[in-house]
Amino acid sequence: MGSLEQTVHSTGHHGPASGITRWLYTTNHKDIGTLYLIFSLTMFFIGGCMALTIRAELFQPGLQLVRPEFFNQMTTSHGLIMVFGAVMPAFVGLANWLIPMMIGAPDMALPRMNNWSFWILPFAFFMMLSTLLMEGGGPNFGWTFYAPLSTTYAPPSVTFFIFAVHMMGISSIMGAINVIATILNMRTPGMKLMDMPLFVWTWLITAFLLIAVMPVLAGVVTMMLMDIHFGTSFFDAAGGGDPVLFQHVFWFFGHPEVYIMILPAFGVVSEIIPTFARKRLFGYTSMVYATASIAILSFIVWAHHMFAVGMPLAGELFFMYTTMLIAVPTGVKVFNWVATMFRGSMTFETPMLFALAFVVLFTIGGFSGLMLAIAPADFQYHDTYFVVAHFHYVLVPGSVFAIMAAAYFWLPKWTGHMYNESMGKLHFWLSFIGVNVTFFPMHFLGLAGMPRRIPDYALQFADFNMVATFGAFLFGFSQLLFVYNVISCIRSGKQATDKVWEGSHGLEWTLPSPPPYHSFTEPPVFKHPYKENG
Amino acid sequence: MIRRTGRVLFFAGLFYAPLVAAQWQVNLVEGATEISRSVYNLHMIIFYICVAIAIVVFGVMFWSIIWHRKSRGAKAAHFHESTWVEIIWTIVPVVILVSMAVPASTTLIQMYDKNSADIDIQITGYQWKWRYKYLNQDIDFFSSLATPREQINNEQLKGEHYLLEVDNPLVIPAGKKVRFLLSSNDVIHSWWVPALAVKKDAIPGFVNESWTLVDEPGIYRGQCAELCGRDHGFMPIVVDVKSPEDYQLWVAEQASLKVAAAQSAQREMSQTELMTRGEQVYKATCAACHQQEGQGIPGVFPALAGGQLMQGDPAEHISIVLHGRSGTAMQAFGEQLNAVDLASVITYERNSWGNQGGMVSVQQISELLKE
Repeated sequence: MGSLEQTVHSTGHHGPASGITRWLYTTNHKDIGTLYLIFSLTMFFIGGCMALTIRAELFQPGLQLVRPEFFNQMTTSHGLIMVFGAVMPAFVGLANWLIPMMIGAPDMALPRMNNWSFWILPFAFFMMLSTLLMEGGGPNFGWTFYAPLSTTYAPPSVTFFIFAVHMMGISSIMGAINVIATILNMRTPGMKLMDMPLFVWTWLITAFLLIAVMPVLAGVVTMMLMDIHFGTSFFDAAGGGDPVLFQHVFWFFGHPEVYIMILPAFGVVSEIIPTFARKRLFGYTSMVYATASIAILSFIVWAHHMFAVGMPLAGELFFMYTTMLIAVPTGVKVFNWVATMFRGSMTFETPMLFALAFVVLFTIGGFSGLMLAIAPADFQYHDTYFVVAHFHYVLVPGSVFAIMAAAYFWLPKWTGHMYNESMGKLHFWLSFIGVNVTFFPMHFLGLAGMPRRIPDYALQFADFNMVATFGAFLFGFSQLLFVYNVISCIRSGKQATDKVWEGSHGLEWTLPSPPPYHSFTEPPVFKHPYKENG
Repeated sequence: MIRRTGRVLFFAGLFYAPLVAAQWQVNLVEGATEISRSVYNLHMIIFYICVAIAIVVFGVMFWSIIWHRKSRGAKAAHFHESTWVEIIWTIVPVVILVSMAVPASTTLIQMYDKNSADIDIQITGYQWKWRYKYLNQDIDFFSSLATPREQINNEQLKGEHYLLEVDNPLVIPAGKKVRFLLSSNDVIHSWWVPALAVKKDAIPGFVNESWTLVDEPGIYRGQCAELCGRDHGFMPIVVDVKSPEDYQLWVAEQASLKVAAAQSAQREMSQTELMTRGEQVYKATCAACHQQEGQGIPGVFPALAGGQLMQGDPAEHISIVLHGRSGTAMQAFGEQLNAVDLASVITYERNSWGNQGGMVSVQQISELLKE
């Protein structure tokens, strides 16, 4: 950040405070964005270590490294940390850095709340991780924490888990309010909604999803809390409650939640592909409508996670049809990306490589999602490694690759330095190979009949598990290259131009690299990058 | 010694296990029922449709990547929308989806036809075993993992059906429609046998229905598919499908076994006999939670070694074993084990790991069970 401060000094603007208070008291969208991104990367490594523990135990049949009770804590914590600690904060970090710069605003609309919504998170996760050291261990009921395993039969630390989830929810809701307030009120004059970059659009829609479903999550954990401590029986059949109610409420949150983790990724990829194809994004309008359709549909598909709970036939059919319908807007997005590449003038810098891998591998995840939507077939896939393969394909080479692509894409803008391109490419290829070697065999394992969340397995699953473990270690350790590359890019590197990439478009590229502490103190004149008189 | 053998076996296993099990199964099983075969066909249809779409989409994408690259001198075109193309690639997927939805709905409706079953079996999930109760027949038993702990802990070579073997399999006749009524005693479990294409959650307070009609006799294996706590990975399902004649023989055999068990409960047993039998029952039933040496897991499962409960008045101890502790994983074993097993295991717990709690007789337990 040294060069950032220098720029600030040389232009004589009001700069950041010095020392730790800069980060504790900051209301600056760039500082908060940086904090979110560093936090997310830290959580990515903690969650990654848990994943490697799981994979190491599953390297061979038999129990070798951990006991089943600890294994369950690892699967649970890995899921919770990756979802709430790594992927979601990374996108909030990107939103903080980029939205004001993309819409020509000086900062986020609610800077003090912005500070608070970040600083809640480290405490929430510190509390959740500390449960692993408590008597009885941490959460061991899966990231979906189905009752009554998570209520009547949960370890005593579940109360801390509930409080941590509440805090994460508060943080997300505040972040979402901030994004909506910023986008709706602080666009530079002349920038209409349909002129906004797609990253801004996808985040606007994501923020509405967050506001709609985080309270539902808060509600369901509060009901758990009441069941555990205050004698209610929401989910306890012995008291007249309904364990299936838990799943309905959870997935009413949970399904929109998975789109919360992918919509901003769509936005990132829709910025990167046109840049490196040197061609305008195909079908901007249909991209916006497709994103909105996916968001709306996400509220009426939740029970496809519950085909095996014994819903009536009409319910199964309804949720099967609505789920299949999501393939239509998702397909439109993929076709648009491919059409953007078609007859472009492509180059393949690291962000583009990650974005291309995103398109291919996310689509593979989409295909397995379509297969899972078919209720009769889902009886065979449900709760097996096929599902594990599916959601890791949409989350790792989906969301995580998009985050990596975004980091490489905007790092030169943020730091003023170019990252090391060959190391970036090496990181990409190792990650690409690692991800596929890890998760592709999981399709086979699931189809062959291996249930998920088991610490030990029958002998016919041995070979593919061993392959997956090799892949996981390859993927995990190659992320160290990313950390090295980011740190050296912050410290030094070739000076980046303002435009950075030949095909850049959008307001953030009109700012210097690195940008001043306060991006646009005066609203910039908005000129649509493609329209003649916009 | 055992430890060293274990280590040798572990390293031998490193190279041995994959060779033994070199199956590389990549696809769903076709299964043994009409339903499982139509599910398999459905699965293959969707798979091929996805492959076809992938070839087209990725084909165009890789064509662009290869030919429309700047290093080949490609100049970017300027088109950025086309209403017709966009309408087409919205409608074509809808048509494909409808063509997938039709056979899927047909199979689903077939699966939901639960009428006119020949046999009804109530399946109840317990942490971590299954209970099979044949309605209208006097057959009711528990089915738990038969793989020895030594194999799981790598102290013995693993058998062919490692983790997929049980002490008492579910026995059903071929060619008859069998209806399953699923519920649970504690948390949610899910009863899954891939070859039958049956997966249904067993939920406390609910009775779910499912059914199967298996064509051929054979052994079909499956596992619990819903995370249900510590030993979720260790509660397999084995279905032994017999020919109708063999099934009748099996039913008759169950009745005579029941008589024999009742007779053995009359016999006086010495403390040594109770201890020997108790150790077996303890390992199969109690050790998963309370651990091999009765040390428990702090904060989760209480220790049995030491303490007043094991060594004071036996009434409290017996009551907990028989009736369980509500709201915990401690189940009511009075309905799961017979008087001989109960007396044996209680005696074993009261006189192992340094406990000195004295003996509990079979008669004492029989009296209590009658109440």
